[in-house]
This record gives sequence, structure tokens and C-alpha cells, in this order.
Amino acid sequence: MSTALTPMATAPDPVTSWYEASARTRIRLLLDPGSFVELIGPEKREISPHLKVFDLPEQFDDGIVVGCGSLDGSKVLIAAQEGRFMGGAFGEVHGAKLTGLLRAARDIGSMPVLILFDTGGVRLQEANAGELAIAEIMRAVIEARSAGAKVIGLIGGRAGCYGGGGLIAGCCSGLIVSEQGRIAVSGPEVIETNRGVEEFDSRDRALVWRTMGGKHRRLMGAAEVFVDDTGQAFRDAALMLLGQVGGFELRTLTNEQARLEARLRDFGGCADAVDIWMAEGIADAASIPALPADQFIALADRAGRISHDAR
Amino acid sequence: MTLDEILTSLFPDGHDVRNDGGVVFGSGSLRFGGRALVVGVADRIPLGVDDAVRLSAQILQSIVSGSGPILVVVDSDSQRMSKRDELLGLNEFLAHLGKCLIYADRHGRPTIGLLYGHSAAGAFLATALATRVLVGLPGATPAVMDLPSMSKVTKLSVEVLEEKAKSTPVFAPGLENLAQTGAVHVIWDAEVPLVDQLETLLATLPDSDDRRDLLGKQRGGRGRAHEIAERVRSLALQSR
Amino acid sequence: MEDLSLHHLAPQPAKGAQKMAIVGVVASGNLEVLVERVLSDLECLIEIRTAAEGFGEVWNAVVADFVERYSPGGLKFSINDGGARPDTVSLRLAQAVRLMEGEQ
Repeated sequence: MSTALTPMATAPDPVTSWYEASARTRIRLLLDPGSFVELIGPEKREISPHLKVFDLPEQFDDGIVVGCGSLDGSKVLIAAQEGRFMGGAFGEVHGAKLTGLLRAARDIGSMPVLILFDTGGVRLQEANAGELAIAEIMRAVIEARSAGAKVIGLIGGRAGCYGGGGLIAGCCSGLIVSEQGRIAVSGPEVIETNRGVEEFDSRDRALVWRTMGGKHRRLMGAAEVFVDDTGQAFRDAALMLLGQVGGFELRTLTNEQARLEARLRDFGGCADAVDIWMAEGIADAASIPALPADQFIALADRAGRISHDAR
Repeated sequence: MTLDEILTSLFPDGHDVRNDGGVVFGSGSLRFGGRALVVGVADRIPLGVDDAVRLSAQILQSIVSGSGPILVVVDSDSQRMSKRDELLGLNEFLAHLGKCLIYADRHGRPTIGLLYGHSAAGAFLATALATRVLVGLPGATPAVMDLPSMSKVTKLSVEVLEEKAKSTPVFAPGLENLAQTGAVHVIWDAEVPLVDQLETLLATLPDSDDRRDLLGKQRGGRGRAHEIAERVRSLALQSR
Repeated sequence: MEDLSLHHLAPQPAKGAQKMAIVGVVASGNLEVLVERVLSDLECLIEIRTAAEGFGEVWNAVVADFVERYSPGGLKFSINDGGARPDTVSLRLAQAVRLMEGEQ
């Protein structure tokens, strides 16, 4: 381990599991060593002004780490949500840090943005500010992409990528997801409350993962790349995807419209993910959930369903 | 006001807007010439994959083939909360709808949201909050999450939440709170013809830069967002 | 919420030259510790913000113990506590001071 002084030292986690890692550790696993410069870090103490009313503790970085660094020698902007603080939810300050980062990407034009999602959506105690932040972030992602910046989402943390986070993810140039990752708008409990346990048993983990989890999202084309739960895998995938994703123009949207319409036509009548996988021609669809990462990746690449000119 | 009353008041010279099972589509004559596209969600329907993809199709069509503003009328529930919608990737459908609106707004078809009923959560993000300017009509009831649901999650009673909501506009539902935080640009007067208020709005429409955080700061509803975003943007530019 | 501010004099200044460090996360049963080398050589300050009220004596004991063991002179510790147990607090403080001393 290097003994060089870093502006802000952090405890190196002994784990390399993306799922287990903190936001700062994920950034360290992803970027070139020593390249990360944090902006508005915890020493600035820009905490949420809204949690005191609810007798809730604050975190000095309000649950998101933003800054710049390099990935294989090229400069990138990066944001990582801390999923263990308030479920990684978007609050006023948390959201504004990401909004500002994306606006910088828009102004620079050529620097990609990596968003390490780990969020349950809007922070209820600041619901209006959180929801607005998400709306502003969606707009800022589109503005950045329109200016030529690629925006890549990485999803594999404890909180998944839910609620408004799922909508932001849908605005990205491309997404990388691990087995642990989940992407959805409504959470399992909310669906169960709304529609009953017969339709969706939120405690049925296999069902949750079939419906919203990384493997299903990859097979559907909702995420471009599936990776193993390691920093190295996410890093390699980010480098690869940055070289593959397209720009953002009208044609991108019309392609996306066609892609989504086709999905409804092909799978709109399917009752479960296994039915979708079977309809996609995957042999032994029921074995997908148990497939180890490397075999799954090979199978997914054979099955196709990625179009880099949509989104 | 009902949707019909709103449309009549907006377009005294006539419109062909239809409500097809809660999906609204059509156009109306503008007083000074040209037409406005009208799309939206009515009857408080939840917004799911099927309706979202219909709406985005209309908007994309209009970018290719028309000009003039796009009015996005909104009286929706939240996103549709079902297994099927999530299975099929609702987040992509809602994001796509938002993207189409944002793209249209930046390419010659300014988008004006007109919130006249309810809206919540994901549906709110994909429609009303994806417009350049959001107008509220008195009586509209936007909510990120309703208080009873918030109560279940936070384990605080609705009465306690209502009490806390007196001291801050930052979490409770309502048009006033959303105006104060910068989401709602203006609340129209139900006693004044909407065509007049629309004309005024179009004549004074801001450009397509997103200044909702500045608005929230000026109105006292969001004191930190604008400054934090600007600081990060500026610092990131310096570090490039 | 309760705010505590504990001042101590340490026998020695903390080793190393690291200026700032951060450990932990504000989650249930956990805490974050931000530490900055900003005080005079033998001064030590621990500021705590916690939702668990009335545990002042426990914090006093844990911190006094920590100062005696690690002699973190010159360091200011700022804590956001999510309801951590005393042994977790001790662990985080120790992790924090080790980072400041340059040990990994």
C-alpha cells in the first residue's frame, strides 16, 4: 500500500466486492490509482438542512461522493452514491452535487460521466427537493449527452437503482449491472401493497431478482453489460462501454421508440421473466438465475438484444 | 376545472384534442396563429408502459412534423405499480417519455406542463417535471408521495408530519410547496381566461436553460441546491 | 439530536503528516468519523452529533480511553453517529487515527 499522502485518506476495505464496498472504495476500485479528486468532500460539511426536523443524523457528504479522476489515463467525472446512508436516497444537497457534475460535463463536452447508482429513489424527508433534483438531473444528463459527453451508469449496490434513480438510469448512454443490481421504478413492497401478494410476493427473493435483477435487465437489453461483482469487472466494463455507446440525437430516440414498441409486442403478454427468456430463444431458461457470472455473460452475448444506437 | 373546460378556455378558436382512455392527444389553435400540440394524461390514470409508449410516439411525431409549443396536460396517478410494468422495464419507458419531452423542448418545440389534477412520483417525473415550464391550476394536487404512505415508511403519524410540514415546504404534497421549491413556475388564476394567461406565458417564456434551482432559492423553498450545483460545476471545470 | 463537544489534552502529537481522513458511514449501528489535523500539537477535540440522547457519560468514557491509548494530539474528530455501540465507536476512532498516522 502506498504511503504517499492523499488529500483525504480513507480506510481501504479489504474486500473487492462491489456490493460490499463503500462509495469511496468503489471509486478507488474503478479509477486509476491516486487520480481521484473529490469535490465538496466531507470536510466541507455540506450536510442536509432538512433531516434535523426529523431527528435524523446527517452525513458530511450527504451520501454522495463526486469528483474527477482518470480511467486508463483518460479524464472522467464520477459520482458514487452511498447506499447505506438513508438508502442512498436523493435529497437536496445530494442531488445538487450530481446536477452540478453533469452541467460541468455539458460545458466540457468531451469528458464522460460515470454514475455509480445505489439508491432507493427520493428521500422522503425532503421529497419535493429530491424529486426536483431527479428531474434536474434527468435534464442535465440529456444536456450533457447532447454536448457529446457519454454518461454511463454502474449498478450493483445494496439499495439497487429504484424510483427516480431508475428514470435517471434510463437516460444514460449505457448501463453496467451485476447480479446484485436491481433496476425498477416501484419497489417490491410497494407492488405487493398495491396489487396483493398473489401478484407479487416481495419476500420472494427469486421473484424480485427475476423481475428487476441484473440478469433479467441484461437479457432484456435494459442494461448493456453484465459483470461479476468485482471492482475490476466494473472497471473493464466501463472502459469497454465507453468505446461502444453512441451519441444522442433524434435518431437515437426514434430507434428507442421502435425498440420499446417491439419489446411490448414480443413480451407484453409474458407473465414472468422466465417466459420472456424462453420467448427470446434461450434454452433452459429456468437455469439462468443459478448460472455463474462468466457462463451467464457468454450466454447473454450470444442471445444478443443490445443496440447501441438506441437509448 | 375539468379537462374539457380547460381546453375550451385555452383554445376558444377550437381544438381537436381527444381523451382516449386517459391518454390525451390533439392540437389547438393559438390566438396569434399556429397551433399547439396537446398531449397528456387524464382521469388520474396510473402511467404504465403501454400508455407511456403511446405518448412518446406522439411527441416524436410532432418533433419531426410540426412546430409550436407542446402543452402537456397532467392529471395522473403515480406510475402504474404492477409486476408486468416492472418486468417490461417501466423505468426505460418513463425515461424515454421524459427524454422525448426534453429533446422537443430543446429543438424548437417548447414544452409547457399544465398540472390540473393529481400526479405523483414516476409519472410526475416523466410528464410535468420534464417540461420547460410547469403551470399549476388551482385545485391541482401534485405529490411526490402522499402523507399516509410517508407515515407508514417514516413511522411518524400523519398528524406529526402535517405539523412538521408547517415549518418547511420541502416534503409535503401540494401546489404551493412545489411552487416554492421551484418546480411550479406559475399558478394560473381560474377566474381569468386561460387563453390570455397562455398568451402571456408564451410571450414571456424563458429559454430552455433549467433554472428551477435558482427559482427555488429565490422563493425560499430550496436554499442549497442552486449554490451547491454551481460550486460543483465550477470546481469540475477548474479541475479539467 | 444531541451535540457533544469533548476537549482533551494529549501527551503527544499524533504521528504522521496526513491532513484529513474519513471512516465509516452514517447507518444504523454505525458512524462516520471525519478527522482533521487542525489543532495545536497536544490539543484534541471530539465533536459528536447523535440521535441517541443521554449517553454523554458513555461517550466520555470511550473518548477518554481512546485519547489515552492513541494520544491523538493536534487532531479534531467530527462524528455523525447512527446509534453505534461503544466498541464500534472505538474501532472507528482507532481506524481514523491510524489513517492520519499514515499506517494502512
